[in-house]
Amino acid sequence: MRELDVVGPQLAVLLAAGAVLAWDALAPPRRAALPWIALAGLAGAAAWTTAWAVRGDFGEAFEGTFSIDAFSVFFQYVFAGVTAIVVIASIDWVEREGRRQSEYYALVLTAAAGLMFLAGARDLITIFLALELSSIPQYALAGWGKDRRSGEAGVKYLLLGAIASALLLYGMALLYGFSGSTLLTDIAAAVAERGADNRSLLAAASVLLIAGFGFKMAVVPFQMWVPDVYQGAPTPVAAFLSVGSKAAAFAVVMRLFFEGLGEEFLSDDWAMIFAVVAAVSMTLGNVLALVQRDIKRMLGYSSIAQAGNFMIGLAAVAVAGERFVAGASGVLLFVAAYAFTNLGAFIAVIAISRRTGSDEIASYAGLWRRAPLLALALAFCLVSLAGIPPTAGFWAKLYVFNAGVRADLVWLVIVGVLNSVVSAYYYLAVVRRMFLGEAEDERRLPVAPTVALALGVATLGVLVFGIVPMPLVAAAREAAAVFAGG
Amino acid sequence: MELTVLVFLPAFAGLLALLLPADRARYARWVALAGALAALGLSLALFFRFENGGGFQFADRASWIDAGAFEVQYFLAVDGLSLPLVVLTTFLTVAAVLVSFSIEHRQRAYFACLMVLSTSVLGVFTAMDFLLFFLFWELELFPMYLLISVWGSGRREYSAMKFVLYTVAGSAFMLVAILALALGAGTFDMAVLGQSGVESAVLPLRWVFLFLFIGFAVKLPIVPLHTWLPDAHGDAPTAVSVMLAGVLLKMGGYAIIRTCVTILPGEARDYGVWFAAIGAASVLYGAFVTFRQTDVKRLIAYSSVSHMGLVLLGIGALGTTAMVGAAYQMLAHGLITGLLFVVVGLMYERTHTREISRLGGLARQMPLLAAGLAFAGFASVGLPALAGFVAEVTIFLGAFQAYEWAVIMAIFGVVLSAGYILWTLQRVVFGPVRPEWAGAGDQRHWWEHASVAGLAALVILLGVYPDLIMDMLDPAIGAVSARVGS
Repeated sequence: MRELDVVGPQLAVLLAAGAVLAWDALAPPRRAALPWIALAGLAGAAAWTTAWAVRGDFGEAFEGTFSIDAFSVFFQYVFAGVTAIVVIASIDWVEREGRRQSEYYALVLTAAAGLMFLAGARDLITIFLALELSSIPQYALAGWGKDRRSGEAGVKYLLLGAIASALLLYGMALLYGFSGSTLLTDIAAAVAERGADNRSLLAAASVLLIAGFGFKMAVVPFQMWVPDVYQGAPTPVAAFLSVGSKAAAFAVVMRLFFEGLGEEFLSDDWAMIFAVVAAVSMTLGNVLALVQRDIKRMLGYSSIAQAGNFMIGLAAVAVAGERFVAGASGVLLFVAAYAFTNLGAFIAVIAISRRTGSDEIASYAGLWRRAPLLALALAFCLVSLAGIPPTAGFWAKLYVFNAGVRADLVWLVIVGVLNSVVSAYYYLAVVRRMFLGEAEDERRLPVAPTVALALGVATLGVLVFGIVPMPLVAAAREAAAVFAGG
Repeated sequence: MELTVLVFLPAFAGLLALLLPADRARYARWVALAGALAALGLSLALFFRFENGGGFQFADRASWIDAGAFEVQYFLAVDGLSLPLVVLTTFLTVAAVLVSFSIEHRQRAYFACLMVLSTSVLGVFTAMDFLLFFLFWELELFPMYLLISVWGSGRREYSAMKFVLYTVAGSAFMLVAILALALGAGTFDMAVLGQSGVESAVLPLRWVFLFLFIGFAVKLPIVPLHTWLPDAHGDAPTAVSVMLAGVLLKMGGYAIIRTCVTILPGEARDYGVWFAAIGAASVLYGAFVTFRQTDVKRLIAYSSVSHMGLVLLGIGALGTTAMVGAAYQMLAHGLITGLLFVVVGLMYERTHTREISRLGGLARQMPLLAAGLAFAGFASVGLPALAGFVAEVTIFLGAFQAYEWAVIMAIFGVVLSAGYILWTLQRVVFGPVRPEWAGAGDQRHWWEHASVAGLAALVILLGVYPDLIMDMLDPAIGAVSARVGS
């Protein structure tokens, strides 16, 4: 029974996925209840996670392949919250789309369950299975829209995702071949024992793993799919991809590299790779975002740049006294702040493009007159993405930069700060257009109440954690403390 | 509590003004005036309760985020250096509100921006936590951008963007320096940093010093980073010019004394000679370029470059007398240039031109305004018994020992200033009467009288009773120069 207890939150979500399908089959006229069933499942998962957090007797299950600890609790909250916001924001869109509503929610929930499994996975096989569990529904979702672009996005995402999975498997195979086990703890022991003699093999495995996860994290040079898929996929799905799978990839990478490959001689190697990838991602993502005219493409490139910001935390391992912990808590804080912020931005875009029928940034001119609250919420999210106070994004950036400085990566932090300035330019250009531009059409834009709710929650998170960041910082530090032994 | 109330009072009044119903928009100016007067009253109360030589007083302090390796506080306090600047700010805010009484376009938003601007400047002068300081420093950009680009004239969008880009580029350097300094020392507390000094940071201290200086020098501004200033002044509405010249430039000088010199005295000793050289060059260059200006507001802007060069020269000498002179010059220049912009702005409202060649003979048509311009002009030249004279003499006396050559250059610049001011007065106030301004009218509303008379009275007060301020500046600056050891 304890094993069921450990994966309880994930099971709750999967149960809800089944319930959604069953409900649609049994009571087709009452489709309006579907999203609320999904939300009930997510609430159940959050409640179960809370029970774990309160009891605090964390531990392992399934012979060490899966564990529940402060780290997985943190991510389970993030994924439950993200999925809930995405579900609420989807209601309006799904109803308008009209077809296969139950399947949509079931797929979203299945993907969410996969993400939550990833948060606790400590075994190569479990990691891979959880990753596929979350990825395959997302491939289908990316192609969910009726237009050709969405189909193209789905296929593109599927093909590149398959390549990524293949690279990942090669990397995992090398690790297994070296250590004779798929458990991260065994791998860590093997690396400590005879890793120094097999450094090149381990470095090759690291590179393959980074490449495989790089697709999911959407960092340069594995970022080609991002703008096309974000632009083509239905916007709620793009929001889910940009936040959920990115966060999950970072969660797994931290587990895998900090726990399994954390030996000092090795971490020097991969930390350097992360640092370079971070610098290139930030710079390239921001420069390309500057010239975009489509807001979803702009957000796509900006999410590449943001992934570079996260990655500073992965590179900042060598902090005296807080090895791994300082960097990991930075990544965690950034993940949570970014989840609220990017979801908010995407939801605002959903609401706007639904009414104006355009994703062109130019069509945002004068939005302040047409939908003041929407414009204000989007402005706050963009300001947070730019890392300007008083928003959650600012503290996240400050915290990650702090880890970078303390790990002697001053050059990387300077690159990060300069990139923040570049990014502020294009984020604020949208804000400026909304508030100072002249609208061609002065009519008010109505906003669906569900979309407003989702947007309100996200924006409130951005602002509240911008002004009172301490609870989030404390949670991130506590979660990151699981790496303290490394 | 007093300082927190003082700092946020203007923004609160601005918020109230913004929330007025549309048919009550004309009351926005009264709300703003009430807030500005209350802030002035409160700052005067602090001024008279302040104990000279008592260090930092009226402290408001609370922990904001405690991230283990560093702590960010909400920490406001004033000492003898910052309190006069605080009073200057609240005083000029009242003047700025008064000269805005004739604004018709989007009044509520205008006064909200103006009051938020005041809050951000007050925050910069009172923040004693380096990060909080930076936040207030950045906050000022938003209202400034809006004020220039919405309510400005001429190439207002270009000027507003240029202002923002220059400042942001400077602040990027500043942020790197702040992070390097504070994360290295583990505290953002400026009082602690200023007392214990900093022996080492993650960057070479020379760089930290230079980066901070670049950030502040843009604001001061020094030659060659000054080109945003004439554009911003030229296109800004009158009240914004008053605030910009009156207090925003002072943020640069204040910050150099408070951080560069106090926290990094060793580097200040090494680079003081460069301060003096750049200061003297700014004095001369500004004075020469002023001669060629044909637009009255741009002319005053360039004369500001010249006068702020004196501030930097005084700081560079590092002695108590010279730095007290620099601080006094900031106050004097704030009042005098504020008065110049008020008078020129009122003239512009009547003639709708700022071209010197189109003005002339105004002594006949607008005797009061002409007298105001003449008075402010003489004060700007440094006529004895007026504030500017005290400041300039103190700087020259204090700096002469250290940098004879720089002082001689600067004195030559002051002689030039007499030239351009008198020449301008001759062309604008005297000369043949122009028939087209016959019916333009003179200063006539009570708020116009009040702002001109109030500023003029203070210019005289600071000219005849300098000890009022000197006694406050002396101990505060004395502590700084004691740290530098000269």
